[in-house]
Amino acid sequence: MIPTSYYLALSAVLFTLGVAGVLTRRNAIIIFMSVELMLNSANLAFVAFARQFMDLSGQVFVFFVMVVAAAEVAVGLALIVTIFRSKQSISVDELNQLKG
Amino acid sequence: MNVELVLFILLALVAVGSAIGMLFSRNAVHSALFLVLNFATVAFFFLFLGAPFIAMVQVTVYAGAIMVLFLFVIMLLGAELLRQANTVLPWQPPLTIFLAVVFLGVIGLYFWNAGVAGLPPALAGDEAARAFGSPQSIGLTLFQEYVLPFEITSFLLLVGMIGAVVLTRDEKKQ
Repeated sequence: MIPTSYYLALSAVLFTLGVAGVLTRRNAIIIFMSVELMLNSANLAFVAFARQFMDLSGQVFVFFVMVVAAAEVAVGLALIVTIFRSKQSISVDELNQLKG
Repeated sequence: MNVELVLFILLALVAVGSAIGMLFSRNAVHSALFLVLNFATVAFFFLFLGAPFIAMVQVTVYAGAIMVLFLFVIMLLGAELLRQANTVLPWQPPLTIFLAVVFLGVIGLYFWNAGVAGLPPALAGDEAARAFGSPQSIGLTLFQEYVLPFEITSFLLLVGMIGAVVLTRDEKKQ
């Protein structure tokens, strides 16, 4: 049996890589994928704790997180398509209309 | 060193490697394919943890539907390669690397001090192993304890659907 702490360490590493992706990449689509990576690492921690405490609530929560991620991706990609139509680019550095 | 631990380490290396590959690919299509590999390995971890239903949902919804949506948008926009622009925040990547190392160092220090803790309880027998995390038990928990969140979820999906349609509508045609 693999200890729960191994899964938590893996989850932390994947989450850190996701944060690094959001902060360093300039492509809006890749930033979105990094957010998905972070959500997925949180799911891994949820399922590991569900196994640790033999409680199915953790797995049900993962189900809800997946639904929220699906809705978020649909709206977010629609936003990216709209931004691309008006600016011909999805680089987040070029989105500075709100700058005074 | 048993077989399960060797398999865990191999899959963990694939998961971390594919995440790093996603991070450093110049081409967004390669990033998306690396992320599909990452989701597939995480599905294997869900199987290890006694969550077959969640593992299958992971493969169909995440690696299937969501990543196809990503690839479709990349193809639609033709935006797999970003044209090189001068970066607005040049200090951000070094700071990110520094903070990531600090965070992982704190996590590693915790494991160094606490040792390997939290061995999950062994499943009682074949019967219990099959019942935990099966679609049947997940469905019972979902529709008995979590009916209201489940209904709110349907509303959230409806809002997401309408939002996507409204946002991508061509305004010139009105």
